[in-house]
Amino acid sequence: MTASATLAELLADLARILPKERFLTEAAQLAPYESDALTAFRARPCAVVLPQTSEEVVEIVRTCARHKVPFTARGSGTSLSGGSLPVEGGVVIGLNRLNRLLRLDPNERIAVVQPGHINLRVSDAAAPYGLYYAPDPSSQPVSTIGGNLAFNSGGAHCLKYGMTSNHVLGAKVVLPTGEVVELGGESLEGLGPDWLGLFVGSEGLMGIALEVTLRLLPKPEKYHTLLAAYDALEKAGDAVAAVVASGLLPGAMEIMDNLAIEAAEAAVHAGYPTAARALLIVELEGEAPQVEAEAEQLSRVIERSGPYEVRVARDAEERMKIWKGRKAAFSAVGRLSPDYIVQDGVVPRSKLGRALAEIERLSQEHGLRVANVFHAGDGNLHPLILYDGKVPGELERGERLAGEILRMCVRLGGTITGEHGVGMEKKEYMPEMFAEADLEAMRRIRRAVDPLELSNRGKMFPGGEAPAVTAHGAHPLEQAGVISRE
Amino acid sequence: MTLRPTTVQELQEAIPTQERWLPRGGGSKPALSTPRAGQAVLDMTGLRGVLEYDPGEFVLVAQAGTPLIEVEGLLAQHGQYLPFDPPFVEAGATLGGTVAAGLSGPLRQRYGGVRDFILGVKFVDGEGNLIKGGGKVVKNAAGFDLPKLMVGSLGRLGVLTEVAFKVFPFPKATVTLRVSLGSLEEAIQTLYALACSPFEFYTLDLEPSPARLILRVGGLGQALPLRIERILGFLGTSRAVERLEGEPERQYWREIGQLQWGAGHLVKVPITAKQISALEARLPMGERRYLSAGNLLYLRWPGEIAQLDQLLRSQGLSGLVLGGGEAAHLESPRIGVDCSQAFGHRVTQALDPLSRFAP
Repeated sequence: MTASATLAELLADLARILPKERFLTEAAQLAPYESDALTAFRARPCAVVLPQTSEEVVEIVRTCARHKVPFTARGSGTSLSGGSLPVEGGVVIGLNRLNRLLRLDPNERIAVVQPGHINLRVSDAAAPYGLYYAPDPSSQPVSTIGGNLAFNSGGAHCLKYGMTSNHVLGAKVVLPTGEVVELGGESLEGLGPDWLGLFVGSEGLMGIALEVTLRLLPKPEKYHTLLAAYDALEKAGDAVAAVVASGLLPGAMEIMDNLAIEAAEAAVHAGYPTAARALLIVELEGEAPQVEAEAEQLSRVIERSGPYEVRVARDAEERMKIWKGRKAAFSAVGRLSPDYIVQDGVVPRSKLGRALAEIERLSQEHGLRVANVFHAGDGNLHPLILYDGKVPGELERGERLAGEILRMCVRLGGTITGEHGVGMEKKEYMPEMFAEADLEAMRRIRRAVDPLELSNRGKMFPGGEAPAVTAHGAHPLEQAGVISRE
Repeated sequence: MTLRPTTVQELQEAIPTQERWLPRGGGSKPALSTPRAGQAVLDMTGLRGVLEYDPGEFVLVAQAGTPLIEVEGLLAQHGQYLPFDPPFVEAGATLGGTVAAGLSGPLRQRYGGVRDFILGVKFVDGEGNLIKGGGKVVKNAAGFDLPKLMVGSLGRLGVLTEVAFKVFPFPKATVTLRVSLGSLEEAIQTLYALACSPFEFYTLDLEPSPARLILRVGGLGQALPLRIERILGFLGTSRAVERLEGEPERQYWREIGQLQWGAGHLVKVPITAKQISALEARLPMGERRYLSAGNLLYLRWPGEIAQLDQLLRSQGLSGLVLGGGEAAHLESPRIGVDCSQAFGHRVTQALDPLSRFAP
């Protein structure tokens, strides 16, 4: 059978599952789905389907499996690693309409949601009970739980509270073969192997979550948010080490460098001291008497770290303002430069200073500015590499610089990604981190679960998997050899 | 037959030489570490020792056969601990055995269980390949989460050789409150109220009869008196509260962590607080304890394990027999509801195609 005959049959079968308005095949309808937040990659799916029920998702996956056509599940498309990039000629399963909160049990402190439920809405729904959902990726006002789960999203509070996988208790999942299984449950404990633990963060390669059981935490009684301004980035890094050495375990420790401060200030007027070479945000949280005692200890440690200015948020409004600047930093950098690449490699906390110095050196060597905004508490860097895509050669230089930063992270004992995932963007760097035997074991697991490699084909593994079903021609960047989709 | 490899290479080379293997650490959980017919034993205590530990990083890397007591001793010298609070420390349990059995203790209430603290693993699969997953930093999203997969794997997917953990500073001061309550129902309602409150407990355990909650509070010493006062105020004045501090407190928790309750089987049951009443109505008198706000039950079962198997099934629960009784001769340490599914079967097949680690 020819490829086009297969495609026609697939589309006919999908049309039987979904009404026209939720089954998109026109070029103009498909265009918005051609890329996610990593816009350097683009691929045209053959169709976008917008299921409204779990049953429809299962039917769609079974149909794709029957026709051996790859599919990509997509939430709000905020992936910074190209995780929800379509497979060329494959099917995109848009899950935003599966956005219901199915159940919230305040006593047991769990919420059961559909995959298209927005991260921040979980906390909104839990708020009347004094509870919240801890993982807080910067994208949380728009990103979905399904996407957070697939990429094991992080946020600013991972040292103390862990990543998404530490807050997912159970999931009902449709496997790439179309079978439906239940992983995990409602208890914080389980009997292993921890299948759910493997599924979370598997980047869509093992199927699609249909229902997700999340763990909720009681909202801290009190926050103490401190902002310290330094005349050198190194001093801020040393301050982080000193805070940890003192035995404190802050909920969050964030550093922004001068370029990031400037951008954030221009965007949201957070009131940051703009002359600072580095800003450190430290947030303590917990029971009021404990936080008050810790705050005294913290101010002693910070005082000794040589800041030229220290501010403490006096109320919730001031706290929100401090965080607003931090959370807006990414998009704010867009004001400084037409394009940027963001990386999320991790280094051991004690190597932060070295890593930052090395980034500065690489920045000069490649002739591109780099803004740094990062989760210092867990060593999670976020170098934002600024370039202008219209200037010939800048993107390539940016990509090279980004690659060198990732290699440095691995060299210093860290990882190529702390929270954005490997996706399309970092798959060629996987061999820096893992030996061939490690990758082969992961591939064996992948093929055992998805023998036809249909589910989000082409992500995470270097060198690519099976070829796409149909070729629509390469993206201009690909033709130029800038990106590869192999 | 028992083999005690002292290098990873020796272990890798040994795997193809036997049809069926059972990896064993310190042997502190006999129901999991006693070979069945046809199984040769891999004694992993020859692969021991802490490989990396920088207190400032909150990360510890050790060989899987390292005894917990050694790890805890080292961490304590720097005011740190394993926050998931593994049991059987004094019985000689190892890091690898703890991960493979998937066991956490009372302190898991504060920050999470073993799955929440494991960062990296190395293991040898059913074909003798050495495989690495995860890493040595506290935040990592690269590749499949093989470290979590290994939690509770009972050696079925491979033999752990190295594990990396996130560790935390131990609170500068702690106080334990044993709160007596009028009935189990009252204890469960109080447990809910406390678990949903902003009070932060290092332990939130429930003893069903007589009904009692055991709360451990930790933090800076100067803040503790006020915090305790507020908790007592929250609980109301009518409760009998016993207070433990210092050496008696440490001794109390050390004993709890050994789970030594006399004759009968020792069983782990993952559970939720809302399932406790129905289960308690059908359980005979005996030692047991619900940890972490009703999420983890350790119980002693004096009778036939088949009866407990039936009982757990009727409640929609599963259990893992750890030891005691004729545990070593059980058909399987897994009892109650069978949660196996296609996903698990396929992943197992991928890592151990010849079923070398099958029971």
